[in-house]
Amino acid sequence: MTFELFLFYVFGAILLGAALAMISVRNPVHAALFLVVCFVSAAALWLMAEAEFLGLVLVLVYVGAVMVLFLFVVMMLDINIAKLREGFTEYLPVGLVVAAAMATVLVLVITRYITMDAPERAGPEYANTEALGAILYTEYVYPFEIAAVILLVAIIAAISLTMRRRPDNKRIDPARQIEVSREGRVRMVSMKSEDKARGGRGAERDDDPTQE
Amino acid sequence: MITLEHYLVLAALLFSISVAGIFLNRKNVIVLLMCIELMLLAVNINFIAFSFFLQDLAGQVFVFFILTVAAAEAAIGLAILVLLFRNRGTINVQDLDAMKG
Repeated sequence: MTFELFLFYVFGAILLGAALAMISVRNPVHAALFLVVCFVSAAALWLMAEAEFLGLVLVLVYVGAVMVLFLFVVMMLDINIAKLREGFTEYLPVGLVVAAAMATVLVLVITRYITMDAPERAGPEYANTEALGAILYTEYVYPFEIAAVILLVAIIAAISLTMRRRPDNKRIDPARQIEVSREGRVRMVSMKSEDKARGGRGAERDDDPTQE
Repeated sequence: MITLEHYLVLAALLFSISVAGIFLNRKNVIVLLMCIELMLLAVNINFIAFSFFLQDLAGQVFVFFILTVAAAEAAIGLAILVLLFRNRGTINVQDLDAMKG
């Protein structure tokens, strides 16, 4: 067994173990953290398959952004874990049977019909990122732009779904600000003018010394 | 020496585990979304393995787009989840029966 194969088995075992732990733990926060372990070990496997750029992107984008988003949402929601766990043991047999059947069929087909040995390793001058960029920006430039539009749509959708207007918000509305007219703010009252010598409201007081 | 079967068997096992996870956690929407992410990871491992063994970079470009779409899906899914919790106070799949489905 070469060292490469040993590394493959180590990371594969971590990946499968973390996946099993993810689907069986009680707390969703722990599930999210086990999913992070899955992604990191998968990224190591991708590095071994000469997909360096995507391995790093998996760690940066998935572990750094998507899983943090998951953790935020899990911690923000006040969920009753016990209630959500109802039926776990009830569905355990059928889930195991389906998964075992699926795994058996897939593994049988793969091991029987597919054999392919690893190609020669690329030399030290080969840069995966450069090669990927060279075809991504030429041959796949339109799909690349569509991917950018999909991300934009996702941003707008996520923001517009979760944005809400609070009635007690002291937010400034510029449209209402510039609509203000003089009539809306100042009220003209017609009243009789008062005696200037006695002056103002103080003249009407009962204890006024000038009063006779 | 690592062969293609190693990668494919690993991805198949990972996919089966996430299918089992969807069966086991069928009340908790958050864990369901995580299981879908795990499925996408299994598919991506297949793409990467074929890309390496066939020496064709198209597989890696495909993984790139799958990652993009999966990130968008996770963002919108979690936004819907937050909205759901705000309006209904629960994320239990069994309680989400407003459409009598």
